[in-house]
Order: sequence, then C-alpha cells, then structure tokens
Amino acid sequence: MKSVGLHSRLNTLFIKSITVLFVFAFSISAYSQDVDEARQKEGKKLFKSLCASCHKLDKKLIGPALSGVEERRENDWLKAWIKNNAELRASGDAQANAIFDEYNGSNMTAFPQLSDQNIDDILYYTTVGEIKKVASAAEGVAVAGETSGGAPEWLIYILAAAIVVAFLMIASLLKQVNELKGNVAAGETSDIKRDLHELWVGVKQNTFLKVLSTIFLLLVGAYFVFGTIFKVGVDEGYQPIQPIAFSHKIHAGDNKIDCQYCHSSAKHSKTSGIPSVNVCMNCHKNISEVSDDTVVELEDGLVLGKEQLDLEIAKVYKAAGWDADNLEYTGETSPIKWTRVHNLPDFVYFNHSQHVTVGGLECQKCHGPVEEMDELYQYSPLTMGWCIDCHKETKVNLKGNEYYAKIHEDLAKKYNVDQVTIAQLGGKECGKCHY
Amino acid sequence: MKNFKLIIALAIFTSIVSCNNKRTPQLQYMPDMYVSVAYDPNGAEGLNDAPVNIKPVAGTIPRGGFPSYDIPDTNEGYELSKTRTNPLEATEANLANGKAMYDIYCISCHGKSGDGNGVLSQREKFSGIPNYKDREITAGSIYHVIMHGKNLMGSHASQLTYKERWQIVQYVEKLRTDLAK
Repeated sequence: MKSVGLHSRLNTLFIKSITVLFVFAFSISAYSQDVDEARQKEGKKLFKSLCASCHKLDKKLIGPALSGVEERRENDWLKAWIKNNAELRASGDAQANAIFDEYNGSNMTAFPQLSDQNIDDILYYTTVGEIKKVASAAEGVAVAGETSGGAPEWLIYILAAAIVVAFLMIASLLKQVNELKGNVAAGETSDIKRDLHELWVGVKQNTFLKVLSTIFLLLVGAYFVFGTIFKVGVDEGYQPIQPIAFSHKIHAGDNKIDCQYCHSSAKHSKTSGIPSVNVCMNCHKNISEVSDDTVVELEDGLVLGKEQLDLEIAKVYKAAGWDADNLEYTGETSPIKWTRVHNLPDFVYFNHSQHVTVGGLECQKCHGPVEEMDELYQYSPLTMGWCIDCHKETKVNLKGNEYYAKIHEDLAKKYNVDQVTIAQLGGKECGKCHY
Repeated sequence: MKNFKLIIALAIFTSIVSCNNKRTPQLQYMPDMYVSVAYDPNGAEGLNDAPVNIKPVAGTIPRGGFPSYDIPDTNEGYELSKTRTNPLEATEANLANGKAMYDIYCISCHGKSGDGNGVLSQREKFSGIPNYKDREITAGSIYHVIMHGKNLMGSHASQLTYKERWQIVQYVEKLRTDLAK
C-alpha cells in the first residue's frame, strides 16, 4: 500500500511538473496561475490614471521605476508616502527625505483620496506586472511574417517570367509560320534593316509623308522642349531625403496633432517655421520608442520598422542633448539640418499669417494631404498662375472688419457682386507680391 | 545622320529621367533672383557661419511685447505663481481665442473637455494625464505650467505669445468649472 501511495505521488508530481512546463512554454509568467487577475486589473487601472504620468514599471521617468517596489520598502511606509509624502517628509522620515533629495526635490502629488485597498492593488500591480500571452504574440509574429514575407514579390516575378515565355512562344510560332510559307530568305538577319531602309526610301519619295513626318517630329520636339522649360523652377513633387525619417502621417494623421502645434509661427509670421527641437521634446521626452506595429514607408521602397524608427528618435535626443538613460539634458546640442521642401523665390512675397490667421485657410489647401504622407513632398506647383487662380476664385469673408466696410460695399457695387474676391480687392496687383 | 539620331534619343531619355527625379530640386533660371543676398529668417548661415536664428540679447523686449516671466521653475516658484491673476479681461473674444489655441496646443493630451483623455492618451502614448478638476490650480499656476512645464509636460512658451497664454488660462479655468459641475 505504502509503495503504491509513493508511486502515485511520484506520478502526480511528474504530471504536475509537466503541466507547469507546459504552462511555462505558453505564458511568460510562470506563476500566472497564481496571479489574481481582478486585482492586477484594478491596480493597473489606478496606476495608469494616477501614477503613469511620472512612473513606469521598468524605467526611471520623473520618479523611480516602480517594479518590485514592495521588496524595497515597507508597506506602511509606502502607504504613508503615497497618501501624503510632504507630511511624511515633514515628520523627519530619513528614507522619505533621501528619496526627495535624490530626485532633486521634485514634488510628488499627494493622493489622500486613495484607500488602503487601492494602494495595495497598485502595489500588487507593480509586483506582478503585465500578464502577457506569449502564444498569441508568437502567432501574431508568424502571421505578420507571412503577410510581409514577399508573397506579392515572387508573384510579380512569376508573372513577368510568364509574359516573357509567352512572347518567346509567339515569336517562335511566327517564325515557323514564316518558314512554312517559304519565306526563308538568304538575308534572314537583315530583315528589319531592309524593311526600315525601304520605309526610309518610300518616305523620301512621298512629299505628303515627308511633310507629315516633319510636322510630327516638330510637335514631339516642341512637346519635350516646352515640357522641360516649363519645369524650370517648378518643384511640384519635390521630395528630398530628410536627415530624420519624420512621418507626418504618424504625427498629424494617426495622432491628430494640429499642424500649428509644431509649425507655431504660421499664425503670426511670414514663415510657418520649422519647429525647434524643444517642441519635439515636449512629447518625445516621454516617447522614446515607437509602438511595435509602427511602420514608415519611404519613397525608395524602403520600409522602416520599430528598430530603425527608435534610432530616428535617438537622433532627436542627440540634437537636443538629452540623455535618455539618466533623463537629463547634457547641454551638448547639435542642430538638425532639415532640407527645405517649399521654397518660394525671393522675388515673391508670401506671408503665412495672412493666409492662415486672416484668411482662415486650411494648411491642406496648399500643402495637400500632409496627414497621409510618410515622407513629405511638395503638393502644389507654387507657380504664379496657381496663386492667381485661387485669388480670382476665393471670396473674402469681410465680417468683423468695420473699418473698411464702406470701401468693401462700394467695391461690391462697382463689380456688381455680393461678395468680392481677393483679386477684386487688389490681390492681382503686381506690387502686392513683387516689390 | 546616325549620331544625330543617337543624340535625339539621348536627349529625350535624359529629359524623361531628369523629370522623374523627386530627390533633387528642378533647375532654376537665374538663381541670383531666386536666392537674394538678404538672410532668410530660418536660414542656416549668416555672419561668420553662425545660424541666423540666434537668440536676442538677454533682456530684450519686442516692440509691443511684455517683460519675460520672472518666476523660476521651482517648487517655491510654483506656489508663488498661484497668487498671480489673469491681466486680461474675461471677454468673449479672449475666451474664443483661448479655445482656438487650446484646441491646437493642449487638446492632444488634455482632451476636449480637459479630462485628460486626449488622442495621445487614448492611443496610450501618454498615460496618467490629470483631470483639471482633480488639481488645485489657479490662473497663475496654469500660466506657470504653460511657461515652464511640469513633470512630463514640456514648456509651451516658445509656441505661444503672452496674450495667447493668458487666453488659454481663461479657457482652462472655464473647462475646470464645467468639469467640477
């Protein structure tokens, strides 16, 4: 009996260990069975809403990393600190004052509204961390690998090969037909040459054809000459390579940051301005890496994934002189040398504030769907004709401009319209833009 | 004759190729007129190769401008700022522009109603953005935080003018009262 009991115990131990191994293989936290998911969830919710603006689990932010904080400090001390750290410091607690000094005296917000249970939940979350499911993640990777794994590319190659083979088959068929017809001429190779020569002689003899082909050639020539001349100084579609693979699609499109957040001088000045690095750092002080599925597609067919994009953010840090590990500025800055895309010649005066603030135009009216561009290009030709077209069409909103009300009324009467256009207000005068 | 044809073919080919290159700007006719000798406001090089856009002399006040903010970015400074009040009148026009500016510069994180649930918060780029009603803030301290930033929020002084900052302050205070209701 005894030996059987031992035997069965061994058996269960074996089965158990296998189960544990099995669980370990499919979930990152071996003790995930023991995690109280409800508590973890509650703690995570509180952590995200109250603590996450200054703390991360695995990394120092404004305050220290909180993973495993329960092992480092007493529970009672933590509760006292979280509820009112200033009071704790005032009571002369050595630990509290030490941590306050270590973080250069930055004040932590007091949370007197949290109950002991709340704090325990938060601490529980800091101890167990995230519950991840490795199996599903691996699945996701596999699926992603399949979709990005060149499936369309080899398809294109096969198609191209099929087309080439088809052409070869047709060519050989035609040749066979020719041979069957008995056209096996001696000068087989110079067939095309001879045909061309005959054509040339024929055209030379026929005056009508001569004139026609001359006109045709002149037209084609004119098309290319004018096509080239009219592109002089017109940079429509210009898309230079920038020093940082900055994606407007991610910033203005996905994250819906207003254009003027970064181009803040557009509302008051002539230029819309390239943002200084401190504006980048307003967000990127916190965002040091992109999310896993972020992708930027460059024009050259290059696709940048998370690994490369994190390096691009590191370039911003280098320019700002930001030490991402110790979270402090080193003072060693270097400018980012962006390449200017939109550049009007200096003999034209253009003012952004007049169009953005006074006229109330959307940026997209001239700059196109910037929020969809991974890599920025010049959308409009920025030619004079293009400017004038808009000035002719656009009616001016004259509300709230009482000082000129009389003039505007007279102008409307003169042109016999309800609402005057910019051109009628003088927006077509040479001296408005060229002086 | 043969050479002539070759030249035409090459000319057509190069013109097509050059038209399609997006990475370089097009040719300019008389570039002297495109780029004048005067410095551009955002130009890379000025006198002695120093960038044009350098900082003005310390203590410079722009015409029609205001003296720079005098409260330092410290815990004491933050407490001191709470005593400041909004120098602008609480008019509808100020509030309207405050909303317009808020919708550009603050909304991404603080959200439309100031509850801390902006797009960046929803997309989990930032977390833990406080609701205005949960913080003891006054007009002066709101202005102080716009000037210096606080915790993860950076300074927004460079993007806004003196007047716009106080207009935002007025709008944020209105949002806060609306949230507390």
